[in-house]
Amino acid sequence: MKIHEYQAMELFAKYGVPVPKGEAVFDVESAVEVAAGLGSWPVVVKAQIHAGGRGKGGGVKLAKNIAEAREHAKSILGMTLVTRQTGPKGRLVRRLLVEEGCRIAKELYLGILPDRETGMHLVMASAAGGMEIEEVAETSPERIVRVYVDPLAGLLDYQAREVAEGLGLPKAASKQFLGMLKNLFRLYLDYDASMLEINPLVLTEDDKVLCLDAKIDVDSNALYRHPDILAYRDTDEEDPHEIDAFKYGLAYIKLEGGNVGNMVNGAGLAMATMDAIKAAGAAPANFLDVGGGASAEKIANAFHILLSDPNIKGILINIFGGILRCDTLANGVLAAVRETKLSVPLVVRMEGTNVEEGRRILRESGLPMITADSLTDAAEKIAAAVK
Amino acid sequence: MGIFTNEPIRLIVQGITGKDGLFHAQKCAEYGTNVVGGVTPGKGGESIDRWPIYNSVREAKAATKANATMIFVPPANAADAVMEAADAGIGLIVCITEGIPIMDLMRAKRYIADKPVRLIGPNCPGIITPGEFKIGIMPGFIHKPGGPIGVVSRSGTLTYESVFALTNAGFGQTTCVGIGGDPVKGTDFIDVLQAFNEDRATEGIVMVGEIGGDNEEKAAAWIKANMKKPVVGFIAGITAPPGRRMGHAGAIVNGNSGTGKGKLDAFRENGIVVCENLGDLGAIAKQTFT
Repeated sequence: MKIHEYQAMELFAKYGVPVPKGEAVFDVESAVEVAAGLGSWPVVVKAQIHAGGRGKGGGVKLAKNIAEAREHAKSILGMTLVTRQTGPKGRLVRRLLVEEGCRIAKELYLGILPDRETGMHLVMASAAGGMEIEEVAETSPERIVRVYVDPLAGLLDYQAREVAEGLGLPKAASKQFLGMLKNLFRLYLDYDASMLEINPLVLTEDDKVLCLDAKIDVDSNALYRHPDILAYRDTDEEDPHEIDAFKYGLAYIKLEGGNVGNMVNGAGLAMATMDAIKAAGAAPANFLDVGGGASAEKIANAFHILLSDPNIKGILINIFGGILRCDTLANGVLAAVRETKLSVPLVVRMEGTNVEEGRRILRESGLPMITADSLTDAAEKIAAAVK
Repeated sequence: MGIFTNEPIRLIVQGITGKDGLFHAQKCAEYGTNVVGGVTPGKGGESIDRWPIYNSVREAKAATKANATMIFVPPANAADAVMEAADAGIGLIVCITEGIPIMDLMRAKRYIADKPVRLIGPNCPGIITPGEFKIGIMPGFIHKPGGPIGVVSRSGTLTYESVFALTNAGFGQTTCVGIGGDPVKGTDFIDVLQAFNEDRATEGIVMVGEIGGDNEEKAAAWIKANMKKPVVGFIAGITAPPGRRMGHAGAIVNGNSGTGKGKLDAFRENGIVVCENLGDLGAIAKQTFT
């Protein structure tokens, strides 16, 4: 789960990690008030959306006085910010962070994340901050320091020193950085972060380190033990269909430009089904994994989510029953078809546990649906039906 | 006998008193697996269906001589269950549980690294040697005993789809292993490929991957350097949109690998027969393995 920059900064502050003085606001007048109250100029007005690249898109501006603060808050609040991470549609800006400016001597990068290949924590740092880290990795990989941290031992002192040395910090700042890195690592662990990133971390002209950015993604599997993170959730930043899916325990991702809704059990098979739909000449409108232990009710909810997409011209259900039994699925599909008075073609393909019973239920229902006996067959039938 | 086992299986089920735990204990027993008991802390001394329940894995092992466990413990306690099984000296640990926090897994994986155990999963369908035993949630009837094909996959239902295609094309399986969909897991492609390479009964391998990470690329390189048997490979998610990645640093660690195209290229460059459309798997198996 993603949280906003200002929320991440609140956590940073709680862990003694230096961040600029500032406050989140929802309207222009509050922005002006906060700016005036910071006590020094310039101040920075920053759009708060769940996507990076805000500066280049015009979502971060420097104000030298009250008039400028007002002007920037006005122009950023309510704008549709398009960055390389938002996609072409962009995001509506509803929140701002107003914070004090500082004199920057050097921009740095720092990130901590679980490394899937080694099963270790990975601390990455680079003296080439401010730039996109992917770009640094490509053009000058030697400028990135990587330290792998054993999950049983935690971040060791010498490893923290390696990171500091890699950043080439002056002595005074280096000492402050070591304390900060330890606190950040503790925060990363305590909150099950799947990513903690600061870009830029800056060295100020008076040789202090300061986080001018804060990004924390939290492992969604661990949210049950972080009620305070759940309270940070901003549903304005999420696709409404995806919110519904989350509520029902379904994994749903909307795909642009598709016309075939599909419902599958298992993430791998769901992807293979999308591939098959495409190979048959149609376009998948979504990824939807109903999971292993789906109930009839869950199937019905999944159906509602698919049908709420106006672009859908047909639906393909592909279930290979393991835990999920085909008769359960069939009953769920029937209930949903009746209740929604389905008006688009439906192709059902199922295989696995209790498949004979499931097929019998569908056959005897008398409802209009097309059955298929393999994935390829199903994909071709739905592609023909939506043409 | 299949891979990852060298003695008859004596299976316990951790979390046997849960709905899924019991259902699949019964299904595994029906398939012919020797299920000898279950573990649920606080319910030791009771029994469920035909099985005794123990408070701990250590107790269960002492009483039943169990050598394998299947874990259905809820996500918050599953990593602990894995470490408990390892400490009790259970050699084969199959963790079915989905949704375990990644940091719990990282600790558990590191904790068991130097112990003589094989962890399969988590978030996986398990392992089956058709006709002998199954430890997992896969539907048994889609498999065909007798080999000669080994199957390894990151996905659950996609494994079933692949196995079913092989069975329908007349190919039996030696062992099928679902290694699981979590980023950090006990057993990787290479572990399974290595075991298939050494297994005399296995004559060919089907490897089912998906987008994300670089396990498939690494496995492909390993295959080129070591594999003595033909391998057919499939990748799910070729049409998945880019931009749904986990974020900055994740993308950089993985570099450009992780895309479906990159994985298929890696397969081709390393001599793996690519199956682009899953519906063609039976036909491709016939061309490759006969």
